[in-house]
Amino acid sequence: MDLSINGTRMTVTASEDTPLLWALRDRLGLTGTKFGCGMALCGACTVHVDGVPTRACVTPISTLAGKKIVTIEGIGTTPQGKALQAAWSSVNVPQCGYCQSGQIMAAAALLATNPKPSDTDIESAMTGNICRCGTYPRIRAAIKQAAAGLERKA
Amino acid sequence: MSAQMVDRRTFLAGLSGLVLVASGSRIVKAADAPKYGADGMDHGWRDDPLTFVAIGEDGIVTVVVHRSEMGQGIRTGLPLVIADELEADWSRVRVTQAPGDEEKFGNQDTDGSRSMRHHFDPMRRVGAAARTMLEAAAAAAWNVPVTTVRAVNHEVVHEQSGRRLGYGALAKAAAKLPVPARDSLRLKDPAKFRYLGKESIPLLDGDDISHGRAQYGIDTRLDGMLYAVVARTPVFGGKIAKFDAAAAEKIPGVVKVIEIPGTPGPALFAPLNGVAIVAEDTWIAMKARQALQIEWNDGPHGTYDSAAYRTELEAAARKPGKVLRETGDVDGAMAKAARKVEGEYYLPHIAHATMEPPSAAARIVDGQCEVWAPTQAPQATRELVAKRLGLPFEKVTVHVTLLGGGFGRKSKPDFAAEAAFLSQQLGGRPVKVVWTRDDDLHHDYYHTVSVERLQAGLDAQGKPTAWLHRSVAPTIVSTFAPDPQHEAPFEQGMGLINVPFNVPNIRIENPAAAAHTRIGWFRSVSNVPHAFAVQSFVAELAAAAGRDHRDYLLDLIGPARRIDPAALKDSWNHGESPMRYPVDTGRLRRVIETVTREAGWGRKLPQGQGLGLAAHYSFVSYVAAVVAVEVNAQGQLTIPRIDIAFDCGPAVYPDRVRSQLEGAAIMGVSLATLGEITFKNGRAQQDNFHMYQVTRMAEAPREIRVHLLPAADWSMPLGGVGEPGVPPIAPALCNAIFAATGKRIRQLPIANQLAT
Repeated sequence: MDLSINGTRMTVTASEDTPLLWALRDRLGLTGTKFGCGMALCGACTVHVDGVPTRACVTPISTLAGKKIVTIEGIGTTPQGKALQAAWSSVNVPQCGYCQSGQIMAAAALLATNPKPSDTDIESAMTGNICRCGTYPRIRAAIKQAAAGLERKA
Repeated sequence: MSAQMVDRRTFLAGLSGLVLVASGSRIVKAADAPKYGADGMDHGWRDDPLTFVAIGEDGIVTVVVHRSEMGQGIRTGLPLVIADELEADWSRVRVTQAPGDEEKFGNQDTDGSRSMRHHFDPMRRVGAAARTMLEAAAAAAWNVPVTTVRAVNHEVVHEQSGRRLGYGALAKAAAKLPVPARDSLRLKDPAKFRYLGKESIPLLDGDDISHGRAQYGIDTRLDGMLYAVVARTPVFGGKIAKFDAAAAEKIPGVVKVIEIPGTPGPALFAPLNGVAIVAEDTWIAMKARQALQIEWNDGPHGTYDSAAYRTELEAAARKPGKVLRETGDVDGAMAKAARKVEGEYYLPHIAHATMEPPSAAARIVDGQCEVWAPTQAPQATRELVAKRLGLPFEKVTVHVTLLGGGFGRKSKPDFAAEAAFLSQQLGGRPVKVVWTRDDDLHHDYYHTVSVERLQAGLDAQGKPTAWLHRSVAPTIVSTFAPDPQHEAPFEQGMGLINVPFNVPNIRIENPAAAAHTRIGWFRSVSNVPHAFAVQSFVAELAAAAGRDHRDYLLDLIGPARRIDPAALKDSWNHGESPMRYPVDTGRLRRVIETVTREAGWGRKLPQGQGLGLAAHYSFVSYVAAVVAVEVNAQGQLTIPRIDIAFDCGPAVYPDRVRSQLEGAAIMGVSLATLGEITFKNGRAQQDNFHMYQVTRMAEAPREIRVHLLPAADWSMPLGGVGEPGVPPIAPALCNAIFAATGKRIRQLPIANQLAT
């Protein structure tokens, strides 16, 4: 079936019940979206579907016809994604880095709807995303830095 | 073989007497002189600039990193060391990853918090040697004495004439020159370091990570690659009685069903007996696995029940056991004590739960097997794959990818051997094995489970005159040798026998315990249970004596002195020289004094709030933590702040030292509050993150302040960084809870013990 991913129409050959995660990773070669749990428990596979943060590991491709999917490979074209990627660098957020795709996608969705999130806003938007290395304090700092940067530009 | 020279791998080969994960040449002979640090590691270290540095004609410096990157920042840290000595411009430095090849690169086992500790000096020499060669090449080109030129920021300068040549222009000629002798090298004056010890240096892999380009093992893609998931024996030591794959094979996209044989005896790093589904994508393989009908023979561990096992450990801890260390007369002093205090502490099994589950890809072309794996042990991976496939060692290549978390799990390359075996069964076709989260939690090499029982006799002033610690825990050795019952020297030396307390009568005992599952290294290893028990107990003693915990702890440690680990019966000393690395109580005192000052120890806090302290020496570094907690009327715990003071000698890459301590604090909170794997009928009971919970942002400490103690100078030996931050967190947290509520937590995880 056809999917719109990062602004490009892509054809996926896979059964309709295939979760978007495996279509992206195994069929389309977009491995930036990560597998962590397969049950929407860890957030490593977070993508945007029509702007809404979505767990790709439990989202069958059959539900995605006509929807706009954005992954970590494409989020840098949005102002939020770009600002977050810069902040991630400046705060040196990642340790192993594996969960960071999902973290950035969750953070981008947060900033798109809430440009000046409080600590509590950040916690409730990000607490579905596990980081086993423990980069939470830096994720929080980077989100605040990105938000401040976007505000200056606005 | 003496225990000092034992690293995690030689130890195994030597102890089991079986050369299963290491070659025979690795076995250290008792007659050999003791070797310490990097010298004591298999294949030691290398400092050849031609092995580790390449400079292109465009001036780009490429550094080969031979240690695995799992979040500690080593792929940036080692290049920084080389670049600084090389006088390279950091913006023109790139990194590439070495494959597993210890003959060429020296030891590659990324464990034990020693990548920087063991390779700082060799990599400085690599940079200095390369710089010297560039200078010599320039001097020759200009026909001037080499003493009149010097390398500065990516070029060599002849000051008298003002001539300059860039590294790119000199590289070819420099590479043809002899490598200067090690003792002829001029190392940089540390006062002139550009990068080492400096702040604000971004990770070389940072942008790749934040743009989704970074390649982990699970991201490996090969032409024509198939995907596999495996149904493995749910009980360690179990095997397949029979299986029926008919239904699974009917699922479209399933290519083949393959049984993976197990290996009798100790677990080693061998794959478990199981049935693999090989399919066109991971999802099909996962679906087909559910359609498998398998009957298992559970074997001798089919009755393993962690609740019953705990009772066994407790019974063992209440009776005398093997004496590991006795100083003075504990029984006599205990009998004369004004009062006795006891505490018994329990820590369950925990799982590593790396965010990237175990995963590896393999293919075989013309008898040459290539493996792509997120492995902490490239050489052991190569040896294991060669053995499993019946190939000569040199016919196996192990490409080391980024690791999506390691924490010790990925020191055990069973998953890589699965991929290689399946590729062989598929006629060499590329295949990637992915472990699902339930695979990961059900088939980990778990952190040990332990009961730690402490008893102290106090004099009339509340000062301990007698100290008895009984530690009961299945040993990691059980993964490599048949049925060992006692903690090995490396486990004892992790905060059990080597407590540097100024108590005249001390006895450390280790009653027997048998293992019923695969036990393995988990970040900080036995330091976690030992520090939890000892540092909780000291707070209990301070409370019993009616004294301030910090003052009491400092008194217990006693005056600043350097203790020979042998005096503490610690023959291991984290593999380091006892002369170079004595236990320095002055440094331990200093981290305690620093952290309590920074955290505002002693300040008045509102009802329901408290500060807790703990300190621990491990991986030859000194750490103290103060955890601040708030416990509300419903017993809900929040952690507004953690302060950590850390002394690892010189901090080469301070930002990554800080990030490791931040991460260690959160991992410590996670294991203290939530971490537990339980077993019933031999099976791990937790399937995914809803059952094996780990700390999320909302429950994480809101703020973590790391206080790095300045090193006296750069000649001080380096301490470990990745692991030492974890052990003090759980006891400091529980001590804080006691300060806030009066409730003493003696078993982890805290879970709902505070609920009212």
